Amino acid sequence: MANIGNLQTGIVIDHIKPGKAMDLYDALELDKLDCTVAIIKNAPSSKMGRKDILKIEGDTPVKLDILGFIDPQLTVNVIQQGKVVEKKTLHLPQKLVNLVRCKNPRCITTVEQELDQVFLLTDPEKGVYRCRWCEHRYDE
Amino acid sequence: MKKHIISPLDLTCGEIEELLHLSARIMENPQQFAHKCDGKILATLFFEPSTRTRLSFESAMLSLGGQVLGFSSANSSSTAKGESLSDTVRTVECYADIIAMRHPKEGAATVAATKLECPLINAGDGGHQHPTQTLTDLLTIHQLKGRLDNLTIGLCGDLKFGRTVHSLIRAMMRYTGIRFVLISPPELTLPEYIRSDLEAGGFPVIEAERLEEVMPQLDILYMTRVQKERFFNEEEYLRLKDSYILDTDKMRLAKEDMIVLHPLPRVNEISTKVDDDPRAAYFKQARFGRFVRMALILKLLEVE
Repeated sequence: MANIGNLQTGIVIDHIKPGKAMDLYDALELDKLDCTVAIIKNAPSSKMGRKDILKIEGDTPVKLDILGFIDPQLTVNVIQQGKVVEKKTLHLPQKLVNLVRCKNPRCITTVEQELDQVFLLTDPEKGVYRCRWCEHRYDE
Repeated sequence: MKKHIISPLDLTCGEIEELLHLSARIMENPQQFAHKCDGKILATLFFEPSTRTRLSFESAMLSLGGQVLGFSSANSSSTAKGESLSDTVRTVECYADIIAMRHPKEGAATVAATKLECPLINAGDGGHQHPTQTLTDLLTIHQLKGRLDNLTIGLCGDLKFGRTVHSLIRAMMRYTGIRFVLISPPELTLPEYIRSDLEAGGFPVIEAERLEEVMPQLDILYMTRVQKERFFNEEEYLRLKDSYILDTDKMRLAKEDMIVLHPLPRVNEISTKVDDDPRAAYFKQARFGRFVRMALILKLLEVE
């Protein structure tokens, strides 16, 4: 477990690929929360060599369901009174809203105003997501 | 039945069967249905040009006693002023009881359906879905072959971009004893996701580069247009293009009761000399399209 400093209550997202902490920060919309957030970049890791860590203070509602889509290798620890009380298992979310964009140039999302970018998990075994509108497969 | 028909798979096999039987009843006695939709209005919203699909929808509604309004290109709609698709369909719903829509963007019908209370029929959304063409194909097969199972179906030409081929394969995969024979150049073979569906479903698939090789096996030959611009080089196109033109010589290799289908428009992939062959069913197919659309309108408006 990485150094959680003096975090008494909150969430630590560990084993983030180095350099990717800000992507997670944006995806979890942490800028919209009032709580303290610590971003640690390029911390040494015995497992990964280098890693990023995000620490989010307090009982704040964080949309953790999308973490499984971003990186299923992440570790999510819930901290209470300075101790890890729960390690969350990550699952692929059924639905992604405005997290990734459809890359099909013929998709209706390219022209329709304010249309949500929605992807649905169509094959949980293979982790396949398809655009809700045009059914184009999401590939990174 | 679902309120909106976006994809052929929005219909169960039972609902398709009902539609095919209703279509047959309409064909037998069109007069009996001539006033079923009196006072009802169909809006045909065609954001891109189409001749046969729009006219067959309009003909279907007029034959049921209903009326038709709409537009036939985006330029003649408020889209040209920058109106969103959602706003256009919500406005049109105030003036019509049912909407048939074609749009160049894929997923447009799915978006429109989320905004509508009245039934919506997808009349084609880009390269995505075209359910009434598939229903037309199924009615044609059912009428001319008497069944939808135990058939060997040859699909020839552009299998990569042809949405009618993709929809037909998906629809026919729900019946037993179907064998698919795919005839296309390597550049235009079936997309991976449909191929993997076929493999997962355990469907026998035969692939061929030349039509002559497989002609004697086929119960149905579904022709599509091969477009020169899809080829990576001229040489390859010239080498292969004649393999995908159906002519009277190739028809001699076919079974006596085989049928040739084509979603139309045709350019040169079927020689006009084949038109006189009784096995050439593509104009009958266009005619069936009107009746199956009549049946679908009746079902969606809950008139039948």
